[in-house]
Amino acid sequence: MSDIRSELTVSLWRGAQQGRYETYKVPWRENQTVLDVVTFVQRHLDPTLSYRFACRVGMCGSCAMTVNGAPRWTCRTHVSSVAKGGRLEIGPLENLPVIKDLAADMRPFFDKWQQAKGAFVPSRTRNDEIERIRPDSAARIAADAAIECINCGICYAACDTVRWNSDYLGPAALNRAWTLVNDVRDGANTERLQAVGASGGCHACHSHQSCQEFCPQRLNPTASIAGLKRRTMWAYLKGEI
Amino acid sequence: MNVGLYVWQRATAALMVPLVLVHVVVIFYATRKGMTAADILARTRGSIVWASFYGAFVVAVAIHAAIGVRNVLTEWSPLEDRSAGVLAAVFGLLLLALGARAVAAVVLP
Repeated sequence: MSDIRSELTVSLWRGAQQGRYETYKVPWRENQTVLDVVTFVQRHLDPTLSYRFACRVGMCGSCAMTVNGAPRWTCRTHVSSVAKGGRLEIGPLENLPVIKDLAADMRPFFDKWQQAKGAFVPSRTRNDEIERIRPDSAARIAADAAIECINCGICYAACDTVRWNSDYLGPAALNRAWTLVNDVRDGANTERLQAVGASGGCHACHSHQSCQEFCPQRLNPTASIAGLKRRTMWAYLKGEI
Repeated sequence: MNVGLYVWQRATAALMVPLVLVHVVVIFYATRKGMTAADILARTRGSIVWASFYGAFVVAVAIHAAIGVRNVLTEWSPLEDRSAGVLAAVFGLLLLALGARAVAAVVLP
């Protein structure tokens, strides 16, 4: 094939929590993504390789892996932008248990969404009139700024506080809580503020901003967490939580 | 850290900002004026103002530092939250006792 310039040397994590990196040679191509490289290995070199993906276009958030030491969405990461000297080292997301090879166990990540009360709780029924939300209201602007999370777990893998403190809810769950705190239709904000104001909640954040640095959607969970710190503080001082 | 500890740590930090500034100014004033220990004690003994100033300082430091030490212990040691809280409280009480002793030494007549 004329578009093959040379070979990539790709090290992939094999095993579960215990394992090792194994090296493969993969053809280098124009406009190749990291997910393409992993797929090539599985289809042509080792069909026992396990990894996770679905949409391939940066919407589903399922293909995040550690690429050359940094968490990235592999379907939208071009090899040319991350391969150093034609080498790639790809492992599962950090701060999560490993199921097998490149597939991390996302259960702790989503359990914490539940702990942070990340589910919308309606305050009206279908028989009530639909609440009008002004797009230019301060609360809606704050929610909109944080709403496009695709649940990929990259911020969770990048977070130093998650690494140190296994109880910490993490940037994504707190970012989700912040969108709901700013949703005037939600009816469970007292419980939510209690949940994110408890030990392991928003006040555990050190504002290192790795979540913001690596978020593929360019969200700023650190800002959302700062908002939660302010909101919970006032609720605490008023005796609401 | 929960919201209660967060509020106490931030509030004591906010209180200490002016206290530290005044404390530093007092140090420079005392040294540049060449004041002796006797000069200083003559001004501080029996003074409700200096007793209140440094008393508040000691209380703020004890609370602020104890919460910070608790955070360090919970993040960097294998201690559970409760054990870290007990150790940090002991540390805070130690600071409070040492600070109160120092304040008493200069303000009690």
